[in-house]
Amino acid sequence: MLKELGRGMWTTLRSMFEKPVTIEYPEVKRPVRARFKGRHELKRYDNGLEKCIGCSLCAAACPADAIFVEAAENTDEVRFSPGERYASTYEINMLRCIFCGYCEDACPTEAIVLGDNYELSFTDRRQAIYPKEMLLEPVRGEGKTTPQKTEPGEFIRSIPLMENPKD
Amino acid sequence: MTKLVSLTIDGKQVTVPEGTLFVDAAKRVGIDIPVFCYHPKMEPVGMCRMCLVDVGRPMIDRATGQPVMDENGAPKIQFGAKLDTACTTPVSEGMVVIGASDKVKAARKDIVEFILTSHPLDCPVCDKGGECPLQNLTMAYGPGETRFLYDDKLHLAKQVPLGELIYLDRERCIQCGRCVRFQDEIVDDPVIGFFNRGRSLEIVTHSDPGFDSVFSGNTTDICPVGALTTADFRFGARPWELKSTSSICSQCPVGCNITFNVRREAASGGKTVIKRVMPRQNETVNEIWICDKGRFGYHYTESDDRLTTPLIRKNGELTPASWDEALGLVASRFSAAGEGLLTLGSGRLSNEDLFNLRQLTEGVKGKAALYTHMAGGDLTAQVGVAPGTDFGEMGKGTAILVAASDLYEEAPIWFLRIKQAAERGATLIVANARPTKLEAYASHVIRYRYGAEAETIAAMTVDRGPTTVAGHPSSVADASKAFAEAENAVILFGSDGLGLEGSQALSAACANLLVATRHVGRANNGLVGVWSRANDQGAWDMGLRPLTVDRRPELQSAKAIYVVAADPFGDDPGLLATFNLQPATFLVVQDLFLTETARRADVVLPAQAFTEREGAYTSGERRVQRFYPAAPARPDTWPDFAITAQIAQKMGSILEGRVPAAVFTQIAATVAAYAGLSYRKLAETNDQWPSVGSGVRRKGLYFSGTAYENKQGVGIHLPLSPTPLPPVNMQSFHLQGEGLLAVPVTCLYDRGQTVYPSALLHQRIGEVWVALHPADAERLGVVANSRVSLTLGGAEFDATARLDESVPQGVALIPRSMGIPINGPEAVEIRAGERVVL
Ligand code: SF4
Ligand code: SF4
Ligand code: SF4
Ligand code: SF4
Ligand code: FES
Repeated sequence: MLKELGRGMWTTLRSMFEKPVTIEYPEVKRPVRARFKGRHELKRYDNGLEKCIGCSLCAAACPADAIFVEAAENTDEVRFSPGERYASTYEINMLRCIFCGYCEDACPTEAIVLGDNYELSFTDRRQAIYPKEMLLEPVRGEGKTTPQKTEPGEFIRSIPLMENPKD
Repeated sequence: MTKLVSLTIDGKQVTVPEGTLFVDAAKRVGIDIPVFCYHPKMEPVGMCRMCLVDVGRPMIDRATGQPVMDENGAPKIQFGAKLDTACTTPVSEGMVVIGASDKVKAARKDIVEFILTSHPLDCPVCDKGGECPLQNLTMAYGPGETRFLYDDKLHLAKQVPLGELIYLDRERCIQCGRCVRFQDEIVDDPVIGFFNRGRSLEIVTHSDPGFDSVFSGNTTDICPVGALTTADFRFGARPWELKSTSSICSQCPVGCNITFNVRREAASGGKTVIKRVMPRQNETVNEIWICDKGRFGYHYTESDDRLTTPLIRKNGELTPASWDEALGLVASRFSAAGEGLLTLGSGRLSNEDLFNLRQLTEGVKGKAALYTHMAGGDLTAQVGVAPGTDFGEMGKGTAILVAASDLYEEAPIWFLRIKQAAERGATLIVANARPTKLEAYASHVIRYRYGAEAETIAAMTVDRGPTTVAGHPSSVADASKAFAEAENAVILFGSDGLGLEGSQALSAACANLLVATRHVGRANNGLVGVWSRANDQGAWDMGLRPLTVDRRPELQSAKAIYVVAADPFGDDPGLLATFNLQPATFLVVQDLFLTETARRADVVLPAQAFTEREGAYTSGERRVQRFYPAAPARPDTWPDFAITAQIAQKMGSILEGRVPAAVFTQIAATVAAYAGLSYRKLAETNDQWPSVGSGVRRKGLYFSGTAYENKQGVGIHLPLSPTPLPPVNMQSFHLQGEGLLAVPVTCLYDRGQTVYPSALLHQRIGEVWVALHPADAERLGVVANSRVSLTLGGAEFDATARLDESVPQGVALIPRSMGIPINGPEAVEIRAGERVVL
């Protein structure tokens, strides 16, 4: 009986000197895995144009009906994305989203990507609806922000051209 | 009787009339043969080769002419070396068609692969994506991958406006020719065509303005790909996101069945809005077509100028008020007015609204009048077309007389249906003072002077001999003979150049002609009014009658005037003078907008648009059809019948004001012709051919247009009133005066309240114009397209002069609802303006 008690105490004592598994969140953040599915980001091309073309296929694929897309027409004067169509409204309701990643799969331009951010908290329902401005990634490098003024005939295609297989 | 032939399609036995095409025969037994270029409403052309099938014919012994039998005693079938196109091959006795063999499947696979060689496959941004026949057939029959090199893909212009309403994407076009054939064959507005050949073939427009046809929107429905899109819906929504509601077009008396596609819209603050208007199949009314006014004109219902709250005049200003206050005031003044209450309702209202209006007015012994410039709705109820009438069936043996109507402008779908009837062999007689588009299909054209409309039709009652009648062109005698001898005969009378007085005479003359030639009381016989509003016929049926021609006495003697869905002072500022003489008259206006009349009103009540509520219209053919609420109503507005009922309630009488179906039940109980009808009956549907399938998830892959299936009611044709019509006393009507005569004509796109808010149509509406004969113009020193000023009824107006050989000399055509008030033929003075606009 004493023996058992002693073993238990030993375990307790030993674990006092082990490296703890808990981390000091939020001061310390654990890096996520490569295939982690966190909060969505809408990507841009290098030149800053939005990849999203407002096709609503993500919304169609979403099992939780979390996405709402509305499209409008680009002009060379006011261009958001290549081609004729862009998303004038893009909203994701993070309360509905189950982070399944189907939207990512459905997207023909790889515009919507589930990122690393898991820090989603809100104090009311409206805040849970992330509009396009929150979802769009910031412009990187040489890129310019949208809308852009572009040369006529430069960006006529919404979806990158298909290419012959190269060997 | 057409001969029937039996054949076997994919093992199924089919018996169909001789001459039927395979595609149709197969669809009759539920087998879908894929097609791109074929469309059941048009002649087959065999352009796309998608419909290939293997056809076997019974072997015939050349010596005996008898079928060769095999060992089992069945006829031997010989298959052709090549596949046949199912869309161009008519059936014949004993044929065996195989639509599912490996050979056929391989052929279809190749065709799809071939069609896709230069297709952009931008389905994600394509407006057709989701309801696209090319997508569907590729999924069903396509190869899944291609052997062609992507580098060889043609890259063509993706945004080519054919006009301001229709856009073409050259890459997506699969060159099926449906759009071109529709414009050529079906509507005969050949304004678009093929240009170049082979891979460079493209659709171009040769009209100015581009794609100048009032039917242009239909090409976007039948285009099997997303090559043609409307400016209104481009990128509006994906088809699967749309909800659909059945409705009836409220722009003209044809009563086209439509579907409103709605969706919540962030741009409108999350409200549900109408995204597009699509035709809904009703083979006896509009088939699968609608005109562009119906397709693009609905925007007025969502205008920001709509009234949203009741207004009461306080200290000379209209100020917002509560419903309770406004209704209370109206009720007390109406009660006080008693028989001095004059109600003016228009054919924009539904039957329920009009019924309640009449009940309220007659409750205090007032007068409920119809605001119109046309007469004859009582006659159409007696000698109208009987149930069973279908313009789509008319052909040989039927005479159709179109009197004083420019149908292309007044009721485009009737134009289409009557043109087609004439092409099927119907005798078309067009009587008008000026040439109209319909004349091209007429067997007889009668040209009279403006003012001689009734007289001319009356002459047809008398003149049956082949000889010339004094004072009338010989065409009258010929036409009247053809008309009298026809087995069936229909008259459509309009108001080209006519005011109420002329319309009274004309409608009576038409009724008399029908009675005299015994073309009454049967299907495909009778009188049809080409009214100016969707439900004018319903208004007549509900017992509203026009005011006198002068109108002034009634307006002056009224103590209270209740104007509903009409703008008498806007349409005729001259009337206002009369009204101003009587400041004591209490004027109530119930409308969607703050019209000129509303600005003068003591109380203004905001009503709901037809898209926001339920109701029933009666079309010009007297078909009662239901419409359903599509978009949410503006807060604090009510349907017209409900407002009327609430006024009545405050006046101490009970009218149904909640459920439109209950009002309709009362109509059925009170109005003889509507006996036995109910909302449920109006919602009944029947099997229609060709089957269109419905919505995004269309049944089958037949010809795949985007017209909607009729699921919410094809409507019911009213019986005629049993009282036989005695010859109507036709008041003679003559135009007096010398000099230039102004006559009103109707144009499809005008500046009316229910059209102008659609900015999309402004280019078609254009400037206010007046049309003159070049000779008159020269005499007046007026140059083409210059500004002129005209004096009409004592007032001055400016307009652009159009010179047109087809305008009779001595006459100036003035379009209705374009800014120059004109109620009937009147003397006019025209002076050349100083500035010439080139
Ligand atoms: S991750 Fe899944 S649930 Fe979330 S928005 Fe995308 S598709 Fe919808
Ligand atoms: S994110 Fe992708 S799938 Fe969604 S609308 Fe934009 S382009 Fe289409
Ligand atoms: S026409 Fe049909 S197949 Fe072609 S891009 Fe549009 S949706 Fe896709
Ligand atoms: S535009 Fe459409 S309907 Fe016209 S030919 Fe091309 S694919 Fe056919
Ligand atoms: S060839 Fe038959 S459908 Fe085109």
